[in-house]
Amino acid sequence: MSLDELYRDVILDHYSHPRNRGVAHPADATREGANPLCGDEIRVSLRVRDGIVEDVRFEGKGCSISQASASMMTEQIKGKPVAEANRLIAAFKGMMHTPPGTEPMDDLGDLVALSGVRKFPVRVKCATLSWITLEMALDELGYGDGGGPHVNRIR
Amino acid sequence: MAIPATIRDDFPILRQRVNGKPLVYLDSAATSQKPRQVIDAIVRYYSEYNANIHRGVYSIAERATAEYEEARAKMARFLGAAEPAEVVFTRNVTEALNLVAHGWGRRHVGPGDEVLTTELEHHSDLVPWQMLVAERGARLRHIPFDDHGRLVLDDLDRLLTDRTRIVALAHVSNTFGTVTPVAQIAKAAHARGAVVVVDGAQSTPHRPVDVRALGIDFFGFTGHKMLGPMGTGGLWGRRALLEEMDPFEGGGEMISDVWLDRAEWNAVPWKFEAGTMNVGDTIALGVAVDYLQRLGMPAVQEHERAITHYAMAQLSEIPGLHLLGPGIEERGGVVSFWMDGIHPHDIAQVLDGEGICVRAGHHCAKPAHRKLGIGASARASFYVYTVREEIDALCRGLLKTRELFRVAG
Repeated sequence: MSLDELYRDVILDHYSHPRNRGVAHPADATREGANPLCGDEIRVSLRVRDGIVEDVRFEGKGCSISQASASMMTEQIKGKPVAEANRLIAAFKGMMHTPPGTEPMDDLGDLVALSGVRKFPVRVKCATLSWITLEMALDELGYGDGGGPHVNRIR
Repeated sequence: MAIPATIRDDFPILRQRVNGKPLVYLDSAATSQKPRQVIDAIVRYYSEYNANIHRGVYSIAERATAEYEEARAKMARFLGAAEPAEVVFTRNVTEALNLVAHGWGRRHVGPGDEVLTTELEHHSDLVPWQMLVAERGARLRHIPFDDHGRLVLDDLDRLLTDRTRIVALAHVSNTFGTVTPVAQIAKAAHARGAVVVVDGAQSTPHRPVDVRALGIDFFGFTGHKMLGPMGTGGLWGRRALLEEMDPFEGGGEMISDVWLDRAEWNAVPWKFEAGTMNVGDTIALGVAVDYLQRLGMPAVQEHERAITHYAMAQLSEIPGLHLLGPGIEERGGVVSFWMDGIHPHDIAQVLDGEGICVRAGHHCAKPAHRKLGIGASARASFYVYTVREEIDALCRGLLKTRELFRVAG
């Protein structure tokens, strides 16, 4: 297993220069996610206007994978319709839970860089933490896909 | 007598390569590797005399019973116990501490009473007491630690009160490596009438332990950290305390007589060993004790002191690396650290690519990490088979990690 597949340049770039760090002002919803096994914590806040994710930001501490994934997520989601946000959440989670080597089905743009994480199974939950937290925030606003309680889906 | 240079030949796992590199195992605080002698003892048990103990009258059952009880005697001598009956076998130290919480705590801790522990405990020495005080309407208090992971005893006289029933603390911290002043705390606790429970998970494998010299009442140990198999461990307790304790579990073997509506308990220690125990692995734990006795625990301690001293010196040379914990004189073979701009998980991931095993996370001591304001740390920990070349490999790996993450400086 090559570390180059895990630590792609785009991931290291987002880790050292995170986009959209902080808190959305004002925020319609703020949710916290944590990975109890490794202590990673993240807080995602967002504002939705006219069905568009006007602002989405994150705070927290964690490894390069969790921080880069959160940064890339906000970059992809910001300014997009809620429906597109939900599509990206589903597509990203779908990619992370398919076996390594499988080509992503949906258009994920730069997020494909995180597909290498699949070869390191214990790190998958680092990559999905911010996405699950965003999903909970959208649910709170009634924009979710109706997946029900998500607390136990952090794994 | 020093640890022989050939010791690594006894550990089959250390001969392999991982990710194309020789395995460098620096996570002995999580679990130790096992020598051939211990592995052979397990194979011998299942190949030659696997039988249930304390029941059969046939020869192999008698042999199994004798060897199981001999393992108890070996463990008792190893810990300085007054007699083998003071050693109760459990799955691990966690079960040992829970046994004290249930068997002694539920009987003696009442509403308004207090249990005193410390801020640096492993979750296994926190959560059982949290559960106990919640059930009994008692209160949990904590001895704080300082910036170097040393217990601060300035307020001990105020933390210990006439309501303190139990004082529970680690002998050696699994995060900082701190050797705690158990004897001093035990003396103060006894002056208040409290019993003293020591989590010996990180001390028993690494330094001479004499439970009676420590002046304590209960001592938990775990087999898999001291060259023995997983699923082994136990509790030492003063006989008088074990006698008055309630059993933790009911079942076969823990009784002396049973009627349809009641039972009488077996004698100590068997009243705490309900059902079929982990006989083969416990016998192998006895073999691990033999192995450590042959090396000599003073030699084990000295070897680790030298390796730890070397590791602290070498790691201090790495820019942006911050060591946690006290100086070498107050430390066991554990070195935790963090690095500027690189999360411990990423450190461990890059090191794994080099065949190096270190722990990353909160090491089951989340409150301690929270107090330090860090979510996680990386930890290298050592044992009898650790050599300087492995520390050098660790340092090279950490420099490579810095390069990969392009940390400036």
